[in-house]
Formats: sequence, structure tokens, C-alpha cells
Amino acid sequence: MAAAMPLPLFLLLLLGPGGRCLAEPQRDSLREELVITPLPSGDVAATFQFRTRWDSELQREGGLSVLLKADRLFHTSYHSQAVHIRPVCRNARCTSVSWELRQTLSVVFDAFITGQGKKDWSLFRMFSRTLTEPCPLASESRVYVDITNYNQDNETLEVNPPPTTTYHDVILGTRKTYAIYDLLDTAMINNSRNLNIQLKWKRPPENEFPPVPFLHAQRYVSGYGLQKGELSTLLYNTHPYRAFPVLLLDTVPWYLRLYVHTLTITSKGKDNKPSYIHYQPAQDRLQPHLLEMLIQLPANSVTKVSIQFERALLKWTEYTPDPNHGFYVSPSVLSALVPSMVAAKPVDWEESPLFNSLFPVSDGSNYFMRLYTEPLLVNLPTPDFSMPYNVICLTCTVVAVCYGSFYNLLTRTFHIEEPRTGGLAKRLANLIRRIRGVPPL
Amino acid sequence: MGLLSDPVRRRGARPPRAAPQTALPVAWLERTMRAVGLEVHTQSFSRKLPFPDETHERYIVSGTNVYGILRAPRAASTESLVLTVPCGSDSTNSQAVGLLLALAAHFRGQIYWAKDIIFLVTEHDLLGTEAWLEAYHDVNVTGMQSSPLQGRAGAIQAAVALELSSDMVTSLDVAVEGLNGQLPNLDLLNLFQTFCQKGGLLCTLQGKLQPQDWTSLDGPLQGLQMLLLMVLRQASGRPHGSHGLFLRYRVEALTLRGINSFRQYKYDLVAVGKALEGMFRKLNHLLERLHQSFFLYLLPAISRFVSIGLYMPAAGFLLLVLGLKISSLHEAGVGLEEPGGSPGPSVPLPPAQGMGLASLVAPLLISQAMGLALYVLPVLGQHVAAQHFPVAEAEAVVLTLLAIYAAGLALPHNTHRVVSTQAPDRGWMALKLVALIYLALQLGCIALTNFSLGFLLAATMVPAAALAKPHGSRTLYAALLVLTSPAATLLGSLFLWRELQEAPLSLAEGWQLFLAALAQGVLEHHTYGALLFPLLSLGLYPCWLLFWNVLFWK
Repeated sequence: MAAAMPLPLFLLLLLGPGGRCLAEPQRDSLREELVITPLPSGDVAATFQFRTRWDSELQREGGLSVLLKADRLFHTSYHSQAVHIRPVCRNARCTSVSWELRQTLSVVFDAFITGQGKKDWSLFRMFSRTLTEPCPLASESRVYVDITNYNQDNETLEVNPPPTTTYHDVILGTRKTYAIYDLLDTAMINNSRNLNIQLKWKRPPENEFPPVPFLHAQRYVSGYGLQKGELSTLLYNTHPYRAFPVLLLDTVPWYLRLYVHTLTITSKGKDNKPSYIHYQPAQDRLQPHLLEMLIQLPANSVTKVSIQFERALLKWTEYTPDPNHGFYVSPSVLSALVPSMVAAKPVDWEESPLFNSLFPVSDGSNYFMRLYTEPLLVNLPTPDFSMPYNVICLTCTVVAVCYGSFYNLLTRTFHIEEPRTGGLAKRLANLIRRIRGVPPL
Repeated sequence: MGLLSDPVRRRGARPPRAAPQTALPVAWLERTMRAVGLEVHTQSFSRKLPFPDETHERYIVSGTNVYGILRAPRAASTESLVLTVPCGSDSTNSQAVGLLLALAAHFRGQIYWAKDIIFLVTEHDLLGTEAWLEAYHDVNVTGMQSSPLQGRAGAIQAAVALELSSDMVTSLDVAVEGLNGQLPNLDLLNLFQTFCQKGGLLCTLQGKLQPQDWTSLDGPLQGLQMLLLMVLRQASGRPHGSHGLFLRYRVEALTLRGINSFRQYKYDLVAVGKALEGMFRKLNHLLERLHQSFFLYLLPAISRFVSIGLYMPAAGFLLLVLGLKISSLHEAGVGLEEPGGSPGPSVPLPPAQGMGLASLVAPLLISQAMGLALYVLPVLGQHVAAQHFPVAEAEAVVLTLLAIYAAGLALPHNTHRVVSTQAPDRGWMALKLVALIYLALQLGCIALTNFSLGFLLAATMVPAAALAKPHGSRTLYAALLVLTSPAATLLGSLFLWRELQEAPLSLAEGWQLFLAALAQGVLEHHTYGALLFPLLSLGLYPCWLLFWNVLFWK
């Protein structure tokens, strides 16, 4: 189930402390960074980012890359890698350009497997390594830990070692607080020669439900059988009072023939007409269906978008070697400006000047979200692929036996053979005469 | 239960039973599944049965299903497997719930899962399973009111249903026959049998052990016994376990029952759990849906099967008898048109084809109307009958069924007053021709979809149908026809079934079982969509009435 959880998976901090985007970037700079965010469900998301600004890449040793051990990273629930390359200007007039390479790895650790059911975690438990020394080539090497929810009461949990500095920001519509551990800070490493960040819950958290994001979606195929079905998408808006529009983009392969007249969108039991529909029908074997709609989701509701389809019979050679596995339908893409509830700055009407009331309250708390639903697997009617072999065997047998017998009967000629009389001498003489080509005796 | 019980006790309105006797501990199941690490959802459903169900003692049913989804790590949730434990008031199946939770806890810690696994606990056994399946596939086939599902896991590839009566088992019984005689792919049964052999478990089919000695006569005789049991179970069209309801949605499924009998060697649940774990790991490896092996087969033993190519000719030959009779009747009818005529078997009389066709319409319409009455009236008229007679609704339905069935026997004596007396004497041949064609078509279609039902009905009805004629000893033919009517076939097969299971019935018990089977048949048609009741009432009973008309042709 795709969810718009506030995951800082692609958090990019170009502004480090002491760095401004207008100043000339240092020629040899490697910045590495690890952001650890506990997710509401108890799982832990860790994002590594390594950014170099060189004309060529240099090897990294030490630092955060000691944590990249494959056997632990592939025991995770989710991982994603990305490489971004872009040119950056070296000075304000952009007369010379250098290349920036950014490598990102995001993993989500399963709390159940790594933490054995408890919500505590530590670097050693996640990566089976601790941080020992900073990378000698790095100009910046930091670990950020998201301690937003836990900032208020220090009695519930404890972060070990206690952070020296914190960083505040508004990410995805919510205020977040990060604890910073700087590996280049000699005081951090010198104490114990290794850094193992741990989080312990002093009071076990109640078994409550994780908070539900404001926008999430689900997609599934209804119906059974190999002839027809129905594609249904459920869009959930869990915001208590704000309605917002969502752009839904569906790309359905041509072999699921959509019946657009059966497109129905219902919210809270009533019909919901989209403000904008763009539909491009499919052409067999050339292009898929394209359906794009702008749907207004009412507050605190579930919207169901459903469209019926018929499964097509493919040509013999178009089937994959494993047609009974099914054929995939790409996920639909939802794009929305999701409102946030908490990041709105509370306006103190007594302190602020009077002209503030002339301007609308700037929320500033919408954030853009692109959401992908799950991919689907549909079975198409598959023929029996052993039939050509059966037909060839049968027809060849029939042809050989029947036609062969008939041909034999029709074209066989009969010769009358004289009975052989005479002794051995006559037979020998006949043999010699036959060799000579003379009629026998 | 029973019609022979005291009617005084049953007088008066019976209040509908709304509260279940043993409800599912939903909150505890949710908490435990969440503690094990699954993604838990619940689903509520409710259904008012057409009439009170005497065997399961329920009328207005409402319940909650609980299911937990184990999401496979790093997989896209496109496919899933299901382990389901049906819980009902008559079989609490609590040991199976315990095994399900233990397996869930074990599976959660593994990293090799490529498909999601759904652990499903249903209430009111098969009703809950049907509600869950309908909500999962977002269809409404049987009129069940079920709340929509919150969590899904893609397309279901295979399912295993588990029923355990105690914590020590001596053998595992497997059930393959599903709703309307559908069967899962034979590969699934072979998978189970392989793991039974690996784990040293004793596995049984139809409740009987496997015949060991195939060289002497004992082995084949036992195999024949098990084959007949499977034919009878498949012909009844009942879902023998939760797996039967999965098959409609083309999800291969099996039911495993742990039996605790008086054997010395017992296995604990660890052995059963190991077999299940092995099965699920193998199903996890599947790249495609199970399609390689047979879908249509008969099992004389768990490791032997008879494929459709071998058994279908049997039904074909029976229908050939009908075909030959049809062609001979057609010949006799055509031969009478010529004045010389081929030597027919009876007295030649001038045929009146036009008159013959017109006189056919009345018997056909009346028979079909009787069939329609048999299908519709019992359930519709149960309240009326319960008011006027001192019977409960279920008994009213069964009695109405029997009454309409017997009323059909009185028909020929009445329709002749309706039909004009100008009907020619040879009109019975035209009627028999039409009836034979009708019977052949129906039996052919039934044999294609549910071979056991088709064969059973053909074996009983074809001889009587081919022999029916108004001349000769009418009482003998009438007795033969009554003995091979659909209801009598049902009664006979019940006795045969219990005889094969080595628990023979006395006549009174057999009659009670017959009445219960009638009620169950009607109920299952309305709750699961079983097709035996409409086939017999709307298809075969009118056809049989036509032959009864032929027999009593004046």
C-alpha cells in the first residue's frame, strides 16, 4: 500500500553550516551524510548521501561507507539507490562549470526483524558496524537523527550519546527536529573511538495505531474469470476538514480493453464528477490507454474510481514464455498538493500589526506529493501451447497411415512370376545370361 | 431435528437465532496478530438465510472475519498465498488457530518470501469464507452483505484450509472436491503428498488409508471404493471445506483435516507445521499459476489418478445409447410417412406430423411449469406453509419439495383431459424423441462440467428413458422409472455413500439423512451458488416427467 508518509528519503541539504549557495563551491569537497528517521510503524529509514564536486571521483575510505555492508542492507524491507549528476557553476558568472555527483541509498529496516519486536534500535543492530573515524577526504561528515516526536518529553526515550547540536526545519509540511552528530568533531570520536547511536524507549510505547497519512491510495482488480474485470482505485483523504484536488494518471496496456463509458467515481456514496478528464484510447500493439483526471477529494472520505475492462486474446507469438504468470499493469500516479495541519504558523493577532488582517493567512504548509499505487498482475486467456505439437503428430500419423495405404493400394502393380524349374546348372547359366543382358532360358 | 420428532414441540413461531453461540474473539486475534508483526484487518458480514438451517442451527448470520497480511520484503505485493482456518460454532477449530499464529510468527522472521501471505480466520466457517472472497474480488455472487476490505495483497495464487480437532493427530485427511464438482490442480495434491512422505506423516483420502497391495485383488477393490466415494462427493456439488469456495475464483486450494483416531502413533503439531511450511515455501517459488497438471481427474488413491481421457468415454457410451435410440425413433417416424414403409416394430398408422407437434407443446409446457414450481415454490411458500401446518420453516420447505415432486406423478392422468383427444396414437413417439433429445443435451452438458454428476445421472436415467413406452407391462416400467428418478437416485446414492464409508444406514436414518440433504441442497444453492438443486429441479425433473407422460400415454 503506497503511503504518503513524511519520509525524508530524498532530503537534500545543500546548505551545510557555514556554506552558502552563492559562494564559490570548494573545488575538492566531499560531503557525506546519513539521515535516520524512525517511521510511525516502528521501522527505521536510513538514507545515505554522498556528494562530490570534482572533475573525477576519488575513492572514499572510512567515514560513513563503513556502514554499507551488503548482508545487512539486503535484510531490509525496502531499498532504493539513485545517482544524480548535474553541472554546477564555479562562480557567479558561470564561466567555468564543474560536475556534481550525488549518490543516494535509502533503506527501510524492518523493526520486527532487526529489533526483535521492540522499538529500540542502534547503529550496530542495523548495520552490524559502528562509526570509527571520519573519511579523511570528506569536508563534511554528519549523521542526522530525527527526534521530532520525542523532543518534548525526555522521560519516554533516550538517545545515546546525547546530541550536542540540533537542527530545525519544516519538511513536507511538518516541523522536524534533527539531532546532529558531526564525525569531524574531534570531541565526538575521541571519547570512545567509536560512535554507536542508540535509541532506547524507557517506557514501552502503547500498542497504538500508527498515524495515517493525509493521502494514500490502493488499487486492485475486481471480478474473476478470464473474460472481463474491473480496475478499481481507492483514494483516501484523511484530512479532517480540508478537501484538495488530486491528479490521477493511469496508463493501462492495450490488451485490457477499457470501457470508458463504465468509468464511475464515487465519494461518500455520491457521484463525483472530475474537473478535467483527458483520455487517449489505445491502439492495438502500438500504444496503451492514457487516462488523466483531476478529482476533488472531499475531506475525510474515500473516493472510488472504477472502470471495467475486457481481456484481449493475444496473437500466438505475442505471449511471453510464462503467460500463466500474468501481465503487469503499471501503477497509477497521483500528484497532489497535500495540505498540512500543523506547520501553519499560529498568528498572534494582539502582537502583529493591524494591516496583517488585510492579507489572507498564508498557510505555506502545502507540499507537493507524487504517489504511486501498487502494480497489478492480471491473467489473460492463454491457449494450450501444446496443441501445435499434438496437431502435427496427429496429422503426420494420419497422413502416413491412411494416405500411405491408399497410395500403396492404388499404385501397386502385380507381376506374374514363373516358377523356377531346373537344377543348379540351369540356374547358374541363367545368372550368367542375366549378367550378359540376354534373356534367360 | 427430524420430521418424525414431536410436532407438539414445534408448534408456534420459532424466534430467529441472531446471536452466535461461540463468537470469534476478534479483539484478541487482532492484538495477537499485530504482536506477531502482521498487518491486521477485519471484515464484518451478515446474511439472512432463506430458511433456518437445522444442521448448523443458524438463521440470521452475522460475523467478523479477521485476517493478517505478511508483506513480503522488497516485493511489490502483486501475488499472495492464503492460509485459512474456518471457525464455526460446531467445530471451534481452536488448535488450528494456534498453529496459524505459530506459523505466522515463524514466517515473519524469514527473508525468502516473494509473495505476501494472508492468514485468514473466518467466522461461521464457509459463510465467512464466501463473504471474504466476495469482498476481496469485489463481486456479489450470492447476496451476502459484506463490508469492503481495507487491505489487499494482489492476486491470490493458492490457498490451504486447515481444520484440526485436537493437538495430536494420527493422520491428515485431504479434501479436493469443491463447489459444483470443481477440482484444484493435481499438482497441489501431489505437493501435499510429497511433504507427507517427507515428514513421515500418514495422509488419507476420503478418510481411508491408501491401499498397499496392488497386485492382488484387495488393492484395486479398495481403490474402486475410494473412486466411488470421490464420484459421489463430486456429484453432490457441495464444497467439502473452505477450499471449495476458492476454486470458483480460480485459486487452487486444498483442505487439510487433522484426524485424531485410535492409533498408537501420533504426531504433534510441529510435524503438521513442518509440512505446511514446506508447502508454503514451494508455493512461494512458483513463477506461474499452477496449470501444468490435470484439472479434471478421479482419484482411486492419493498417489494414483484417472485422467479425463480415460473416463470420459464411459459417459460417451451412455449418451451413445440415447443417440441410437433417438435415431431409431426418427427412422420409425420417418418410415411411417411412406405408404410402403420400412418394416417398423409396431402397427403402421397414418401419422399426423402437424397434429403430433401441437400435442407435444402441452406436455412440455406443463412439465417445465412443474419444474419451475419445484424450484420456486418451496422457499417462497415456506411461511404460508408454516402458518397452516405445525411444521418449522425448514421442514415446510422439504415437505413442499416432496409434495410437488409427488404431484408430478399424478400429471399424466390430468393432462389428458387438457390435451384434445385427437392426439394420434403414435404421438408418444414424437414426445419420446423430444424427451430423449432433451435428456441427451442436458446430460452431455452436465457431464462436461461435472463428470461425476453426469455419469451418475446417465447411469440411472438412460436405461429407464430408453425403455419407456406405453405398451407392455406398465407397472414394471413405471417402477423402473420411479426408481431411477432424480430423487430416488439421490436417496440411493446416500445409502451407497454411507455403505462405502463402512457406516451403513438403517431405513429410518437414511430417510432422515435424505430430508436433511434436500434442505442442505436448497440452502447451498442460495448461499454458495451450488447448481445441483436448479439442475435437478429445472432440468432433469421436467425431462423425467416427459418420460412419465410417455409411459402413461393413452
